[in-house]
Amino acid sequence: MHIKEEAVERHTLAVIVDNEPGILARIAGLFTARGYNISSLTVSEISDDDLISRITIVTHASAPVMEQIIAQLERLVPVHKVTDLTAFGPHVERELALVKVSGTGDHRIEALRLAEVYRARVVDATTSSFVFEVTGGVEKLDKFVELMRDLGLVEVARTGIVAIARGAEAA
Amino acid sequence: MTTEKSGADILIETLSDLGVEVVFGYPGGAVLPIYDAIFKQERIKHILVRHEQAATHAAEGYARATGKPGVVLVTSGPGATNAVTGITDALMDSIPMVVITGQVPTALIGTDAFQEADTVGITRHCSKHNYLVKDPARLEPTIREAFYIATSGRPGPVVIDIPKDVQVATARRGDNGPISHKTYRPQTEPDAAAIEKAVDMLAAAERPIFYTGGGIINSGPEASRLLRELAEVTGAPVTSTLMGLGAFPASDDKWLGMLGMHGTYEANLAMNQADLIIALGARFDDRVTGRLDAFAPNSAKIHVDIDRSSINKNVRVDLPIVADVGPAIRAMIEAYKLRQHPRPDLSEWWSRINGWRQVGCLEFQESDPQVIMPQRAIRALWEATKDKAPIITTEVGQHQMWAAQHFHFDDPNKWLTSGGLGTMGYGLPAAIGAQLGNPDTLVIDIAGEASIQMNIQELATATQYRLPVKIFILNNEYMGMVRQWQELTYQSRYSESYSDALPDFVKLGEAYGWKGIRIETRDQLDSGIAEMLAYDGPVIVDCRVAKLANCFPMIPSGAAHTEMLLQSAEVSGEMDDEAKALV
Repeated sequence: MHIKEEAVERHTLAVIVDNEPGILARIAGLFTARGYNISSLTVSEISDDDLISRITIVTHASAPVMEQIIAQLERLVPVHKVTDLTAFGPHVERELALVKVSGTGDHRIEALRLAEVYRARVVDATTSSFVFEVTGGVEKLDKFVELMRDLGLVEVARTGIVAIARGAEAA
Repeated sequence: MTTEKSGADILIETLSDLGVEVVFGYPGGAVLPIYDAIFKQERIKHILVRHEQAATHAAEGYARATGKPGVVLVTSGPGATNAVTGITDALMDSIPMVVITGQVPTALIGTDAFQEADTVGITRHCSKHNYLVKDPARLEPTIREAFYIATSGRPGPVVIDIPKDVQVATARRGDNGPISHKTYRPQTEPDAAAIEKAVDMLAAAERPIFYTGGGIINSGPEASRLLRELAEVTGAPVTSTLMGLGAFPASDDKWLGMLGMHGTYEANLAMNQADLIIALGARFDDRVTGRLDAFAPNSAKIHVDIDRSSINKNVRVDLPIVADVGPAIRAMIEAYKLRQHPRPDLSEWWSRINGWRQVGCLEFQESDPQVIMPQRAIRALWEATKDKAPIITTEVGQHQMWAAQHFHFDDPNKWLTSGGLGTMGYGLPAAIGAQLGNPDTLVIDIAGEASIQMNIQELATATQYRLPVKIFILNNEYMGMVRQWQELTYQSRYSESYSDALPDFVKLGEAYGWKGIRIETRDQLDSGIAEMLAYDGPVIVDCRVAKLANCFPMIPSGAAHTEMLLQSAEVSGEMDDEAKALV
C-alpha cells in the first residue's frame, strides 16, 4: 500500500485576530494538527492600541481543504475575520529580504549593478560586503538571491509574505 | 471603595454567581488557596474523585444529563495532564465544560518548577479555548467569558489556568455585566431563504430521511420535541448517530434505529437509497458514512449545524444551514406549514423500509440455553428498567454498541457515551456525575470487564457521596471489540486482547462498600437484575456472557453501507492492507 497525495493550489489568507498570548501557536498548531501546510506566515500588530494583529498565511491546499482551513480558522475564538485573497481576486503580495553579499573587485561591482536592476537598496556596506534590502514578489526575491549566490552570498533574511487586496475597499 | 478579595475567593464567588452547584476535583499544591476558599463556603459542593481523568468524565456526565456545564478543578502538572483525556473527549463530543487548573506561581513559570506543565500549551488544541490568568482582576471576566464560550455555539471544554500567586493576590470584583465577547458570536438563527428551500426539497422528496445527531441533545429538550413534530409533519423516517440517541423516541414507528458501522440494516439501507438526507446536528463522522465515495450516492443533502467547519468537511452537501438545530427545526416546521406543503405520500418508501426491517438485523442466535448472549443481557436490563426512564452510561467497545442497539431511549439526556474520542473508562465517572445531577434517577453504567478497570478507583467516590449508581458489566473476558477486529481482519490472532488476571468484581465491589452480584447463567439474569434494582445503594454486577460473540450488523472499515455484515458466517479471515490502514 502507498500513501496517496492530492492536487493542491496556492492560496494567500489574511487573518485578523486578537493580539493575545498564544494566538500564533493556536493558528500554527491548527495547521499542523489538521495536516494543513504553511508556506509562509507573517504577523504584526495593526491597530493603534496593539490589540489587533494581521496574520498573512500562504498555504497550498485542494479546494475542499481550503474551505475547511477557512472554517477552522474562523472557529477559533480570537479570530475576527479570515479572507482568502486568492479567491477574492486582485491583490498585492510583497516580501522583503535582507541579503548579505561579500566580495571584492568584479563580483562587488556586478552585485551592485544587479542590485540596481532589482531596485535593491544598500542598507549596510563595508569594504568587503553589502547588505541589500530588496522588496517585491516571491519570484523576484528568489531570483535576486539566486543571482547573488554566484557573487558571494553570505546569508539571507526574509520576512515572509504580506498581502492586501487591490482597490478602495477592504477585502 | 469595596474591599479586595483573593483570586481564590473571586473564583469561587464567580462560579457560584454563575449558578455552579457542583465542582469535580482533586486537590494539590498549586490549588491549595482555592481549596481553602472552598472549605470556607457552602454554596458549591465539591466532589472528590480519585483520579483527575474521572473528574472530567464526571463533569461530562453531569453536563450531558442536566444540560448545565460541568466544572472541574485540578492542580498543576499531573493534575492538568491527567485531565487532558477528558478535555479532549468533551471537545470531540461537544460537551460544555469549564476546567480550572492550578499553575505554579507566575515567577516560576518556565523554570521547570515542581509540578509545572505548560497547561495552556498542552490543552490549546484539545479545548475550545483556554486562558492563563496572570492578574486577579482579570479572573472574574475571564471565568464569565469561559462559561459563555463553553456553553454557546457548539459547546466544548474551556480551560482556565490560574497561577498560585494569582489565587492569593487580591483585587476588587468587577461589574457583573452581561457576558459577551467582541468577536465570538455563534450564529444560532437560520437563514430564512435556506429554510424555505429546505422545506421545498423536503416536500418534493420521495425518499427522505432525517439523520440526527448529538447537536439535538445539545440544543436542549425543546429541539427533541420539535424533531418529533417535524417527523410527524413530514412522515419521514428518522435515524440517529450514537451521540443523538434519545432525541427521537425509539418507540416511534418512524424510528429506524442507529445508523453507521454498527447501525441497523434498515437505517443504513435507507441512507443509501434516500433521495434526500436532512442532517440535523450530526457531522458525517467516518463511523457513520463508511466509504465516502459510496455514501448515499443518489441523495441531495441538507446539513444543519451550528459549526460551519462541520459542513462540507467529510461529505459535500447541497444546502448548508449554519444554525442552532432547535431554532432551525422550528423554522422548518413553520415554513412547511406556511408554504402549505401537504404531508407527502411516502408509502412506497415506507414499504421498502419495512422490507429491510424484515431482515431482523438485531436478532441473534442463542444455541446454548444457559449461556447469556450479551444482547440478551442488554434486552433484559432494558425490559426491567424501561418504566423507570433510567440514565445509561457506557464504557467503550462491544458492550457500548450492544447497548446502543438493544437498549431503547425515548427521551434526550438519558444516554451518555464517549462517541468521538471513544474513551474507555468514561462510563463509571460519567454515571457518578449524572447521578449527582439527577439524585432520584436510576443511573446504570453498562460496562465491559476491560473498560471498567480504567477508572475502577471511582467506586470509592460513589461510596463517599452515597450515590446509588449501578454498574452492569458484560464480562466476556476479552477486550471484545479488539478481539472482534482481530477475528475479522487478522485471522483470529488475538494479540493481547484477552483480559487475563481479572479481579473478582463482586469482592472488589464489596471492598469498596458496594453490593456485588454475579450472574452466570440465563436463568439468573432476570433475578440478578431485579436484585440489583432492589438494592438502595451502589451495585456492581458481574454478568458473565458468551465469550466470543461478535457485534453485528457491522460495516467493516472502508466499506459501503450496502456491504454490511449481518452474521459471523459472512466474516472473511484477513483484510487487505488498504482496509487494515483504516480506523
